[in-house]
Amino acid sequence: MVKLILRKQEYEVRPGMTLLDALKKNNILPEGVICTRDGKLIAEDEILKDGDVIKLIAAISGG
Amino acid sequence: MKCRVCGQKAVVNMRQHKLALCKDHYLEWIPEQTERFIEKYKMFTREEKVLVAVSGGKDSLSLWDILQRLGVQADGLYICLGIDGPMSPTGEGLSYSSESQRLTEKFADERSLKLHIVDVQKEYGATIPQFALKSHRGRGKTCSVCGLVKRHVMNRIARDFGYDVLATGHNLDDEAAVLFGNTLTWAGEYLLRQGPVLPGTPGLARKVKPLCRIYEREMLAYALLRGIEYIYDECPFSVGSTSIYYKQLLNRLESDRPGAKQSFYLSFLEARKSGLFAEREEIQAELHLCPNCGQPTSTPGLCSFCRMMSR
Repeated sequence: MVKLILRKQEYEVRPGMTLLDALKKNNILPEGVICTRDGKLIAEDEILKDGDVIKLIAAISGG
Repeated sequence: MKCRVCGQKAVVNMRQHKLALCKDHYLEWIPEQTERFIEKYKMFTREEKVLVAVSGGKDSLSLWDILQRLGVQADGLYICLGIDGPMSPTGEGLSYSSESQRLTEKFADERSLKLHIVDVQKEYGATIPQFALKSHRGRGKTCSVCGLVKRHVMNRIARDFGYDVLATGHNLDDEAAVLFGNTLTWAGEYLLRQGPVLPGTPGLARKVKPLCRIYEREMLAYALLRGIEYIYDECPFSVGSTSIYYKQLLNRLESDRPGAKQSFYLSFLEARKSGLFAEREEIQAELHLCPNCGQPTSTPGLCSFCRMMSR
């Protein structure tokens, strides 16, 4: 499985799908996050592999 | 997805520009774009002294980084708001201000940059949360008090140290969210004032927003790729704020129609330029000087900041 982590929330998706599909499947807007794997930025056409841990970094800030 | 410039693997895709770039070309592209907008909107010249308001967040630190790389003389201003510990909404274990100050000082030290630090509690006797509790304006409106204090301090430091320009890290999402809010209420005076440059007046430095055409997500990508250490946590008082809600709404629109946020903001600037709104002179209130601090104010007598301080 592939794990997506956004702040304290975790999501699981099946490997083999694109990052964009994984985000959409979990109702996460790609416009609101930057995605990293092993500390490196990845684009949304990346195919997710079994065991991947994708950290999602929220772009929106306020104040 | 490949980098449009070199064909290597892209790490950032900007659908609104139909442009994907690798790390190296992205780190070149953002400063180039910033420089382009500084020139397009005539924000400042290379001879002018710039003061950058830095909060410890991704946008302002990245802006400072970019200005240095562009060879602009830019010093920093950090305002310690005192949003720590028991005065926070959650009440415990919070170190928002102290952590953002630490990161800002670290950034400046590592690059040997000049940083002004103003501690609101030391200079004015109370932290922002404390002012918000005391002030009529701030009952339940901490962000309003915070904005008032920050504007006063930024103007004061710019004037006292002879800076020509005050630069802030507002990005396109910030601008689009403000525009959205002002459009919902047709706040004419605010709409008239919004733009990449707010001209200076006697006693007030010109204010500029060099990142106003760059998406917030792109600024995040820049900070991460550049290795800038910034405060990731939200200001605790901004959680659930209207501005964040508007940004989320606009991102939904952007998701369905790439470029919608950009088009909203740019169309507004064009409409304003072509005279959709009243000329500035027609509704601009006469400015007076506050007898206490000397900063311009729209009504005779003490300015809003000094009225709050006198309570």
